[in-house]
Amino acid sequence: MALDQSFVGRSYPPTDPYEVGREKIREFAEAVGDTNPAYTDPEAAKALGHPDVIAPPTFVFSITFKAAGQVIQDPQLGLDYSRVVHGDQKFAYTRPVRAGDRLTVTSTIEAVKTMAGNDILDVRGEVHDEAGEHVVTAWTKLVARGLDAEEGQA
Amino acid sequence: MTAKIAYGDVEVGTELPAQDFPVTRATLVQYAGASGDFNPIHWNEKFAKEVGLPDVIAHGMFTMAEAIRVVTDWTGDPAAVVEYGVRFTKPVVVPNDDQGATIEVSGKVAAKLDDNKVRVDLLVKSAGQKVLGMSRAVVQLA
Repeated sequence: MALDQSFVGRSYPPTDPYEVGREKIREFAEAVGDTNPAYTDPEAAKALGHPDVIAPPTFVFSITFKAAGQVIQDPQLGLDYSRVVHGDQKFAYTRPVRAGDRLTVTSTIEAVKTMAGNDILDVRGEVHDEAGEHVVTAWTKLVARGLDAEEGQA
Repeated sequence: MTAKIAYGDVEVGTELPAQDFPVTRATLVQYAGASGDFNPIHWNEKFAKEVGLPDVIAHGMFTMAEAIRVVTDWTGDPAAVVEYGVRFTKPVVVPNDDQGATIEVSGKVAAKLDDNKVRVDLLVKSAGQKVLGMSRAVVQLA
């Protein structure tokens, strides 16, 4: 099913703030087996010049992907979520996410394409802190697989 | 940001220390909880096979998280990573045994950029196959 091209450029309202906690960062770092003390020890993080523990680079995806849900599940767009896999992911950081941040995400549809029977959706999530300063931008490419497609994974 | 690697000490072709990262079913359950991604293809073998996968597969974002550790362990300060992107090309298949799977990551400096930044290209494999494509980071060095 071809997606509606008129959705390109559409932005969704900023999400409610997500408050980043030290223990959530620790839980994530442990889950990926990463013992870098900047993720768990405030003093180690301060020694590197950070005001509190920082999050691993991909931590913010949980927040931006949840925000992208309002795009993915927009009934007017018509994406078949049961066939969606994650194609590409990219982040560009102004600074690392850190404990104490209250982050909002503004999602924008950058591109809508149909290629080889697959529907392809590019969503950009701009992440800002409570002061309105940019923290990170996440680009997520989602592919709703046609019946014969094999590439990609969730 | 206080990377322990100096821009002047690296050249195009400089290799980062390679690492192997083990991943078992228990790893995937723990990652599901920490990330909030409970898609059953990452823990339910029956479901994974019903949707055409060979077995349970690792979260793509788990593999992405492991791969960048080669860079953050190299720089010391994870804030040195200013850009990071990957393409998910093949799944990491995780069998239900004591061994699980292994994600093998190597990286090298592919370009020296302005302002003491470098581009690092990562090679990420599992079971002999490349699992991430276009896996690149822009890294701020000292």
